[in-house]
Amino acid sequence: MRVVLERSNLLKALNHVHRVVERRNTIPILSNVLLEAKGGGVDMKATDLDLEITEATLARVDQPGATTVPAHLLYDIVRKLPDGAEVMLKLDEDGNAMTVVAGRSSFRLQCLPQSDFPELSAGSFSHSFSIDGPSLKGLIDKTQFAISTEETRYYLNGIFFHAIESDGKLKLRAVATDGHRLARAEVEAPSGAEGMPGIIIPRKTVGELQKLLDGDAEQTVGVELSETKIRFTIGGIVLTSKLIDGTFPDYQRVIPTQNDKQLVIDRQSFAQAVDRVSTISSERGRAVKLSINDGQLVLAVNNPDSGSATEELAADYSAEPIEIGFNARYLLDVAGQLSGSEARFMLADAGSPTLIHDQSDDQALYVLMPMRV
Amino acid sequence: MFRLNDPKLGFCRDCLAPRRAAASRRCAGCGSPRVLVHDELYELRIAHIDCDAFYASIEKRDRPELRDKPLIVGGGKRGVVSTACYLARIKGVRSAMPMFKALELCPEAVVVKPEMEKYASAGRQVRAMMQALTPLVEPVSIDEAFLDLSGTERMHGAPPAFILARFAQDVERELGISVSVGLSYCKFLAKMASDLKKPRGFAVIGKAEAPAFLAEQPVTMIWGVGQAFAQVLHRDGIRTIGQLQRMEQGDLLRRYGSMGNRLFRLSRGDDTRRVEPSNERKSVSAETTFDNDLATAADLVPVLRALSEKVSARLKKGDTAGQTVTLKLKTQDFKTRTRNQRLPDPTRLADRIFETGLGLLRKETDGTRFRLLGIGVSDLSDTARADPPDLIDLRSRKRALAETAVDALREKYGLRAIETGYTFGKGTKGRPPRAESTDTPSMRPPEFWDEMDLPDA
Repeated sequence: MRVVLERSNLLKALNHVHRVVERRNTIPILSNVLLEAKGGGVDMKATDLDLEITEATLARVDQPGATTVPAHLLYDIVRKLPDGAEVMLKLDEDGNAMTVVAGRSSFRLQCLPQSDFPELSAGSFSHSFSIDGPSLKGLIDKTQFAISTEETRYYLNGIFFHAIESDGKLKLRAVATDGHRLARAEVEAPSGAEGMPGIIIPRKTVGELQKLLDGDAEQTVGVELSETKIRFTIGGIVLTSKLIDGTFPDYQRVIPTQNDKQLVIDRQSFAQAVDRVSTISSERGRAVKLSINDGQLVLAVNNPDSGSATEELAADYSAEPIEIGFNARYLLDVAGQLSGSEARFMLADAGSPTLIHDQSDDQALYVLMPMRV
Repeated sequence: MFRLNDPKLGFCRDCLAPRRAAASRRCAGCGSPRVLVHDELYELRIAHIDCDAFYASIEKRDRPELRDKPLIVGGGKRGVVSTACYLARIKGVRSAMPMFKALELCPEAVVVKPEMEKYASAGRQVRAMMQALTPLVEPVSIDEAFLDLSGTERMHGAPPAFILARFAQDVERELGISVSVGLSYCKFLAKMASDLKKPRGFAVIGKAEAPAFLAEQPVTMIWGVGQAFAQVLHRDGIRTIGQLQRMEQGDLLRRYGSMGNRLFRLSRGDDTRRVEPSNERKSVSAETTFDNDLATAADLVPVLRALSEKVSARLKKGDTAGQTVTLKLKTQDFKTRTRNQRLPDPTRLADRIFETGLGLLRKETDGTRFRLLGIGVSDLSDTARADPPDLIDLRSRKRALAETAVDALREKYGLRAIETGYTFGKGTKGRPPRAESTDTPSMRPPEFWDEMDLPDA
């Protein structure tokens, strides 16, 4: 194998694929990135056995071939090469080492044979559709923060995607919850999504996908899925992932429908006020108390170790007064995802889940469990 | 107000009357030989209190028929002496001695299996009585503690020495066990003193006599000098603290590094460690050593459940919650395995601790035989964030409510009134603790010596 690439192309591709590779690996081959030179470019592939990213880059292929080299090492080398450099990758005759040459720099990296590299056998996909990048990114952004990290409830360690009939239209809906808060977002389902199974996309995959979508926001994303795997195609990048093998709980019954006390507030001033008063809570997750009266909302944090804070906000509220506490961080997370100028809270009482809507966007809603205050 | 500053005037530890040092050494009032006189008696404020043959004393208290018999607490199938009463000690029986050897030395001894819950409860009672004397109580173990009585004279209306003597009497009368007191100006010497006149002892080591006293002691008495380090010192020909006293600081530092500094200071009776009440608890845990090594989940799970309930009860009592659950196992060949898991929220529920511990335990039950199992929680916080209701898991709330109901029943009818199937009918090593006595010692009003007539010595 002998190829010549432009440093920026190589870096961009490596940047995408090397993140999949875990820093510590008990299986040596999983530390490596697969380089496959053929036709007019090099395909790079990395995997952690649950998630696989392949990216095709343009290259001048002098001699086709394939090998694997340590991913983080190669990435670090290419990152440090001067901008605009031409990089030559050349595999030894015996296949044991690869030389990286750029300008006067030369590196030799130990290789493992391509044949050792695991294949995340994708099998066949039952459903496929295309979705525009911003819609998919929106679904992820609005729900990702609520993904649970609790290992025992592994089925909550991802975003639940499914197609559902709502208001006479088919929607593609994303839901995530950790038991304390729940986030639900939906977009109109792209054609081809009808009848797709409900799937849980793992946290790491969600994170990688989000980063890939950050760059080329306007691109169309190809989605193929089955009960156990999903594949996203974004330009020259293909991300294939296993799905979480579990049943997502019936989240619908968690979303309150009878909450009758409505509070409407300016989203931005609310978020800033929560941020300000929560400064006083030294430890994460202290409660912010919301005292809601006619036309007024008072936020208060009391920390026995450091002091207290209050802030008043004008609010649109006419139901009977209520006091309710929420985890400050959860409130900030939700406030950070709301996009309209106003947020609408639907409350029942101090012990029951509260529903939060984006006033301008019916597509997203949040449920927060209150805290004792 | 206690105003005696005449160092020649001590007091009798039995009738608590002031006494001058007399030729007879006996109390002129009650005839007791336990008259305490010391030049620095009213200047010393750091005490070390140690219960005498603690487990054995409690057993003797509860079973008066054993009072005059040599008694060994220990055994079970592990066969090691936990505590021997003083009668057995006369025959040479010592703690940590194999039971068969102890019985060779003292064949007539009665052997009683330890009942830790009973001792822990008594230990807590002693602790509470100490805390009535001063807030500065630093527990060392279940039956010993350091006390700093500085600044308590006004409150007690008497100097520390007197308060401690009265404390020793109170413990004997109220709990039926005896303690030994060491009084000095620092922790190091107070601890040494408490060991000098056991049992029912009260030893005083003043500043003036400290260097001479220490000179006679072996180096192993120094805090931090264990077996290994003692061997290093022995190799260098150092056996007594007196030898250290004659050495230069620089020399000790060169030879033994930072430890040399400690040797230099402690050998001269210079100990600046403070008595620090350790109310900053970092974790709450419970563990048990089995009678027979256990390997199967069927055997281990009931123990885990019982221990989880114990930990939970302590968390609930202490109004704390923990967010990291740690499972501890000791294998047959004494290797310790600890596994922990962080929870999304702090918990104080037995159910939560148990379930988490169970998840960890399942990965370890690979046929290995274990001799010890423990479970604990760390990462402690207050209860504000503990066990929040869950949106998804509706059963969790029901289980929490069920646990609250169980707690209420136990509060009313005792710990064994209601049990889970895990622990019901299981052996002693998987048994939840017994109900604790809630007795708290009453504090006596201060006594005013200076209102009493001083007898002529």
